[in-house]
Amino acid sequence: MEYLQLFFFYLVALVAIVAGFCVISCKNPINSAISLVMTFFCLAIFYVMLHAPFMAAIQIMVYAGAIMVLIIFVMMLLNQGAEVIARYRHAVIGAFVAAALMMVQIIVLIKQGAVSATVGPISSDVIETVGHTELIGQALFTDFLLPFEIASILLLVAIVGAVVLAKREV
Amino acid sequence: MPEMLSLSNDPILFLSVMVAKILVVFIVVVLIVAYATYAERKIIGRMQTRLGPTMTGPLGLLQPIADGLKLFFKEDIIPAQSSKFAFILAPMMILVPAFITVAVIPFGDFITVGGYLVPLHITDLNVGILYILAMAGLGVYGIVLAGWASNNKYSLIGGIRSAAQMVSYELAAGLSMIAVFMLSETLSLRGIVDAQAGSVLNWYIFSQPLAFCLFVITSLAEINRTPFDLPEAETELVSGFCTEYSSMKYALFFMAEYANMIVVSAITATLFLGGPAGPFAGPINLLLKIFFFMFLFIWIRATFPRVRYDQLMFMGWKVFLPLALLNIVITGAVIVF
Repeated sequence: MEYLQLFFFYLVALVAIVAGFCVISCKNPINSAISLVMTFFCLAIFYVMLHAPFMAAIQIMVYAGAIMVLIIFVMMLLNQGAEVIARYRHAVIGAFVAAALMMVQIIVLIKQGAVSATVGPISSDVIETVGHTELIGQALFTDFLLPFEIASILLLVAIVGAVVLAKREV
Repeated sequence: MPEMLSLSNDPILFLSVMVAKILVVFIVVVLIVAYATYAERKIIGRMQTRLGPTMTGPLGLLQPIADGLKLFFKEDIIPAQSSKFAFILAPMMILVPAFITVAVIPFGDFITVGGYLVPLHITDLNVGILYILAMAGLGVYGIVLAGWASNNKYSLIGGIRSAAQMVSYELAAGLSMIAVFMLSETLSLRGIVDAQAGSVLNWYIFSQPLAFCLFVITSLAEINRTPFDLPEAETELVSGFCTEYSSMKYALFFMAEYANMIVVSAITATLFLGGPAGPFAGPINLLLKIFFFMFLFIWIRATFPRVRYDQLMFMGWKVFLPLALLNIVITGAVIVF
């Protein structure tokens, strides 16, 4: 059983890394965007493997289903891939430096200490019996009610702002 | 009470039952897809006092097979200026989400196989409805990419229209479902079916009539069926996103359209009509409900003209979305008080 799970993990990880590599190496921005969707999908599979099905569904719905569609939408309308690449060629070096720094950071972080087991009352068994969605809902609407409401007001402000920007005379 | 069949108590039987269930469901869906094309032509033909297909086989029953063979042997053309990767990927990206959504739909109660209980669904996700919404969201890519990759202005317009349409109607469809799982208090489709068990009056179509109407209409828009088929409006866009497609790729788009119809019918039956509940065996009840909705969709296609684009957006954002929100508020108020 464990071998099967491990094999599956490495398979998904491989797909995620190849897709991630395609995001930065594809010449065509639309193909990059499709690869990014693939990476999001792999991330959702990791969430499922970590007993977080709600996170997985939200990951696909919000990132793959809404945000990336809008990004692709804008790319299709502008369709200026070649120009943008020519104009921002110097950014490639910057990106490589940033990626290298990030990798060093992550390696240092991982080497810092031992990976601990799950801390706190919520374990995989609790998630299996109570349900992931229920746990998140309870936490959001009891312990974290104030941050949740503040985030919703923030989103409302953003919506109003979008309407104001798009339609100057209402 | 026999034990539930799982991977731990009999792995080989579990795997073979699983594969058998997947194969049966897949074959049934493909068969319905094939004969939905026949039914659509026959029903619309009768409604317009024509005959529909009659020549291939008795009553024209072999027509879907003849069509399939024809499309299979046609020349597969990829336009020279197209973006090949996205062009080939697009039909797959529209068909696969449509087919894998069927996995969460329960099509019956439990049966006993080799002394173990086997549930009649492929999988029962804790987040079933969200999974359906997520897959519906992925379906957008197929049409958008097909429109863009063809390098054709009509296809591009079709793709852009569909992106705007599907994103805006997905919202209203999702919000109309929320009222249902406020009542059932679970996101799993099996749980929703169980919550409607008992009598016909427990079906959510009676407690949630507004949500039912909203869901059927917005789903029609989400799967681009008439009267919301603006992405492929034949008269103005020359079939829209699939203009440049030929052969099997074109067939895949059509299969996806009918597969989406089946999925939407099955979800409506599960959420509002008690799923496999009814007078006959579970799968037959579900199939009858699916056939009823498919007939309804074909009937709508034969009856209604296409809506205008501004009407479509107006209805989506200013009629269906507020109504869905209102329904949630009313349902919440009724549950609390």
